[in-house]
Amino acid sequence: MEEFSLRTLLAVFEEMFGAWLFWALVAVAVVFTLAWLYVLIRDRSLSFRKYLVAQISMPFGAVAAVAFVLWVTNSRLRDIGGPIDWLVLLGVAALGAVGLSIVVYVLQSLGRGAPPSQS
Amino acid sequence: MTHSLDLSTTRRGFLGLAAGGAALGALAGPARAQRVRSSARIVILGAGAGGAGMANRLAARLDGAQITVVDGRAQHWYQPGFTLIASGLRPASYAISGTGDWLPSGVRWVQDYAAEIDPEANRVTTLGGERLDYDYLIVATGLTLDWDAIEGFSLDLVGPEHGVSAHYASPEYAVKSWHALDRFTDRGGVGLFGRPATEMKCAGAPVKIMLIAEDIATRKGNRDRCEFIYNAQAQNLFGVPVIHHRVRQIMDERAIEYCYQHVLKSVDPGRKVATYTTPEGEEEKPYDFINVVPPQRAPQAVRDSGLSWADRWTDQGWIEVDMATLRHARYSNVFGIGDINGVPKGKTAASVKFHLPVVEDHLIAELQGREGTRSFNGYTSCPLITRIGRAMLVEFDYNDNLTPSFPGIVAPLEELWISWLMKEIALKPTYNAMLRGLA
Repeated sequence: MEEFSLRTLLAVFEEMFGAWLFWALVAVAVVFTLAWLYVLIRDRSLSFRKYLVAQISMPFGAVAAVAFVLWVTNSRLRDIGGPIDWLVLLGVAALGAVGLSIVVYVLQSLGRGAPPSQS
Repeated sequence: MTHSLDLSTTRRGFLGLAAGGAALGALAGPARAQRVRSSARIVILGAGAGGAGMANRLAARLDGAQITVVDGRAQHWYQPGFTLIASGLRPASYAISGTGDWLPSGVRWVQDYAAEIDPEANRVTTLGGERLDYDYLIVATGLTLDWDAIEGFSLDLVGPEHGVSAHYASPEYAVKSWHALDRFTDRGGVGLFGRPATEMKCAGAPVKIMLIAEDIATRKGNRDRCEFIYNAQAQNLFGVPVIHHRVRQIMDERAIEYCYQHVLKSVDPGRKVATYTTPEGEEEKPYDFINVVPPQRAPQAVRDSGLSWADRWTDQGWIEVDMATLRHARYSNVFGIGDINGVPKGKTAASVKFHLPVVEDHLIAELQGREGTRSFNGYTSCPLITRIGRAMLVEFDYNDNLTPSFPGIVAPLEELWISWLMKEIALKPTYNAMLRGLA
């Protein structure tokens, strides 16, 4: 490839998921990221209890992300060939793990409301 | 028990993050060169990958030029997708868009075909009789598939009933080809594959479709009922020696038979027998499924124009361009892009991507009264699918050197998932960006 821009990358993802699903996923990701930042700013701290529960969800996020990517790309785990394939797959798993942990953290924080202010 | 961590966030921090993201976004777009004033009349023959890409690039670079694109076809076909359609992975619509969707405003589209090209008089006449005088001509017509050269063959035969596949013909024929392949891998029998003796677009495509067919038969549990035979036109399975050896190794590993110097001459759909021309004479082979890839030639209007090589590829008519600058050897105001070029390599969409900046550079330089500097090195790329989910990203140049885009990361001769991802999902967006003149 001669030139590779952000625009091309966005087009790749649109192709991969379909434009509607891709931008819906982006919107969900943005909403949860903003919500996460919101609860961090609101609470002025990262709660370890909520973080622990969020961490427990990480393996599920990793597996779900890998399964989803394999499904949309007509692939199977046996297609993983060289080191770069493993790195890409691990990257997908990491994104899924972190993504779901943020979702779980946000849902806990929003569900329970703001903690009492600490001195 | 309450734990807290001093990882406090602030609004200022959040704004800083947003600003960083915006800065990244601003960096993303490639910088465009300055616009050039010109009153040149530029005619582009063909609105395929090369023609549309060139029209967009020139429209973005030139002020005042009169750019005319000549192409009678209303549909634009994403041809690299045909293999995926013929493998049952995509519908026909995957490869179909409108020609007009890709042409920029300010460019005139003459929806007709060239009937006559006169490089002495600098004029193109369309089938409808319209005369187009030009200062510069860009030939991007693509090539024609000579189905009539295969005796006994007709596109009406394509489909499961006759066991005939012709996935080069069109998106619809690629779907019919898939139905034929699906039935063959269900029922078993002998599958014949191969390529023509002429130059051809994407020389890897006939190999790909066979490896995919073998994979599908294996997945269905019918591999032992299917026989796969690849008929190569030359003394190799691929023109680049190192790739030939790799493909041969894969075929050996998967018990796929191959023959050298076998060129399809005719098919007899009644008897289901194909006849091949070989050094030892004609050889008949019975089949249950056959993938037909016909001889390929320049369109007749180009062959009649005097632009073709006089002493090379005389039965095919590719135009005589300099292999580095893609400028015509005898008519300096004529350039070639894509399949039509008479150069040793490069009949792929990936090559078009590398042709475009070269022709743009030399044409714009001439309008500015200077010499262009860019050159084409024969870059050709073929994501050679070896089975659904894996491919080898083979890239090479005029000298048969491998030219990997991601050296040390994506190994060219290794069957990789990431190479499959590139073929299946990254290629079309890149192709579309190329049509828009953005890649």
